[in-house]
Amino acid sequence: MKYLDEYRDGDLVRRVLAEIEVAVTRPWTLMEICGGQTHSIVRSGLDRLLPDEITLVHGPGCPVCITPLEKIDRALAIACRKDVIFTSYGDMLRVPGSRSDLFSVRAAGGDVRVVYSPLDALTIARDNPDKEVVFFAIGFETTAPPNAMAVLQADRLGLENFSVIVSHAAVPPAIRAILSWPENLVQGFLAAGHVCAVMGYWEYEPLAAEFGIPIVVTGFEPLDLVRGIAAAVHQLEAGRTEVENAYGRAVSREGNRSAQDLIARVFEPCDRTWRGIGAIAQSGLTLRSELARFDAETRFDVGEIETAESDICIAGEILQGRKKPVDCPAFGTECTPENPLGATMVSSEGACAAYYKYGRE
Amino acid sequence: MCLGIPGKIVETWEKDGLKMGRVDFGGVTREVCLAYVPEAEVDDYAIIHVGFAINLLDEEEARSTLEMLHELGEVESELGLESASSP
Amino acid sequence: MSRSHHRKPAETGSGGGENHASIDETHTGGPELSCPMPLSHREGIVLGHGSGGKLTAELIERIFYPALENPLLLRGDDAAVAELPAELTGGGRLALSTDAHIVRPLVFPGGDIGRLAVCGTVNDLAMVGARPLWLTASFVLEEGLETEVLQQIVASMQTAAAEAGITVVAGDTKVAEKGLADGLYISTTGIGVVPAGRETGGAGARPGDAVLVSGTLGDHGIAVLAARGELAFETAIVSDVAPLNGLVEALYETGAEVHTLRDPTRGGAAAALNEIARQSGVAIVLEEGSLPIRPAVAGACEMLGFDPLHVANEGKLIAIVPASDAERILDAMRAHPHGTEARLIGRVEAEPAARVLLQTGIGGTRIVDMPTGELLPRIC
Repeated sequence: MKYLDEYRDGDLVRRVLAEIEVAVTRPWTLMEICGGQTHSIVRSGLDRLLPDEITLVHGPGCPVCITPLEKIDRALAIACRKDVIFTSYGDMLRVPGSRSDLFSVRAAGGDVRVVYSPLDALTIARDNPDKEVVFFAIGFETTAPPNAMAVLQADRLGLENFSVIVSHAAVPPAIRAILSWPENLVQGFLAAGHVCAVMGYWEYEPLAAEFGIPIVVTGFEPLDLVRGIAAAVHQLEAGRTEVENAYGRAVSREGNRSAQDLIARVFEPCDRTWRGIGAIAQSGLTLRSELARFDAETRFDVGEIETAESDICIAGEILQGRKKPVDCPAFGTECTPENPLGATMVSSEGACAAYYKYGRE
Repeated sequence: MCLGIPGKIVETWEKDGLKMGRVDFGGVTREVCLAYVPEAEVDDYAIIHVGFAINLLDEEEARSTLEMLHELGEVESELGLESASSP
Repeated sequence: MSRSHHRKPAETGSGGGENHASIDETHTGGPELSCPMPLSHREGIVLGHGSGGKLTAELIERIFYPALENPLLLRGDDAAVAELPAELTGGGRLALSTDAHIVRPLVFPGGDIGRLAVCGTVNDLAMVGARPLWLTASFVLEEGLETEVLQQIVASMQTAAAEAGITVVAGDTKVAEKGLADGLYISTTGIGVVPAGRETGGAGARPGDAVLVSGTLGDHGIAVLAARGELAFETAIVSDVAPLNGLVEALYETGAEVHTLRDPTRGGAAAALNEIARQSGVAIVLEEGSLPIRPAVAGACEMLGFDPLHVANEGKLIAIVPASDAERILDAMRAHPHGTEARLIGRVEAEPAARVLLQTGIGGTRIVDMPTGELLPRIC
């Protein structure tokens, strides 16, 4: 595929790896923010090809993993309703709630449908006027414009049987939170390339300045990842602390203005809890009041939700980058993708799932 | 959080007030919303995420970066610089 | 393996206060909840149990094998090979296999459920070295199915049977009420004979062997997914559904040793290779650059976030043969209409046992895991 295969070129990747090997003089710890980057790194085996001095810590950029348990339980309760067609991205199907998951709801008779695009959920709403169609709108900034457009279109087209469960998160507040932890070991960040395609990277400049760390906007293919790592290493070796763009073909400093404008028309920032991490101020999105009628959690009263997290799951520490999946005593034994104890094992780009699927040994 | 794949826009039209297009991923095509790339034209490449183009791909930048990387390799081999042995 | 004893009640988020009701007891306002939440994660069957991956394997190990236990069954190959009682018939080896076929839509580019049913069972027999001879077919028809559709499908079965050189000799038909059977389910049982001297099975792979595939991966799964329309993508890819017994005979005709044959159906090449690695107690190492994948299949997999190794095939086989025979076998495959794109994709090693590894294009290594259950598109 054009503009994909070129960035999987083994020769070019090895060349950049050699460059890193020459440049590095001491240990450095980098965090790649995005779960998709984690997935790509482990899938290509890139982490094992880096010099030993480089430690990659996997960040909490997995929108599935950080969706609060209570919200998942509420979503499951809504999905159970006879009058609801519950639509979701595929990633959410297997995520365990306190007692169940969307697969099990479907097995018990709930109408649960996977969609590739939020506009497909709108089509389902139009085709089923006698049903309520609920869409599980999760994601970081990359997915906010698509999810926002679904709500806006529903409003424009007068679709009253459509609503969304919103669980959105933003990256910069998470970086700030991670860098503010006293135990933080991360010395440089690989920023999420597609988040930045939407938002640009100007938001990261104050962070780099305030905390004195390099932040490199990085893509997802092996060549993009290794170039991002190389750029970060060069900066660290030279004592520089800049925001740099290593994904120029998709990202500009100001980002996609029309997408940003549309996000602001539909959503506004709010505080939110990151499952396994805790509350991070102003790190979430909620529907603006004029569109509040599209909020499924208000539209459907599912009563009190009693959540129950596994007491041996350490997904939180993994999301925070403090532990690796292999540090978990349940990894691969009690906790597997078929019987996950936490979201990081079941999400396609959760760190635990990536390690299990690709690099168990 | 970001499965975004480059695809080529092969057709555009308007539907329900939105700019839409057909994008080709090397033999698979899909309807994609182009609302966020209003300047997009047929034959442009875009990054597609969940059925939306989130940005156009800067083909010139891609070409020059790849060219630079290939050239670097030639320079290195001319200078006799050894690549590090892979683990 | 219930998760319930690992759970403790936690604080709720913004709700605060006390929580009295569990989800099961919530019946406030609106239409009543119609589906009680199962207490344990896996007390019931989910769709993933039919996907040919880990969940299917678990189901077989937990429920079917313990109840039905016998040596022929437990060998775990695509077909059972049984010695005919010598005192009754003079000996010989019979191969038996059975399959149920559920597919939506019933007709898809490249085939239909009828062709799928015949080829599926013919291929299972061929994979243990048998010459398929006879099939039986039982049909569960949904009330309201159009007779024209049924005719088309049965005609397709005859075409496939003729291609394979077999006959459908017995059958049965039942009708289920409207809403059941997705239009039509077909179950086929096949019988074949294993010529003397052929010892081909999942436990036959040896360190040093070459791993070959007869053609491109993932065509069937992508073609059917496109035809289902739920993910709204279009492609010219057609299902590869085909009978492979002719191809298998061509392999044996070379005189080479054929250690293992398997057709990578649901669960894709990853499932088939993991099964073989486990049965033989060996490692299978694949080379990413050698995997034959059509660009459109690759494109669909990229777009949806699938691994082509997890996508179903219905007209391909994996052959594991001594390295010295690899060239001969490849030539024989490529000379056959169903093997024109055959490739060497990997090798068998002693360690790590029961694992399938992939050497990636950038020089890294990763594990190729058994797929879990359903193939789901992802956004991340």
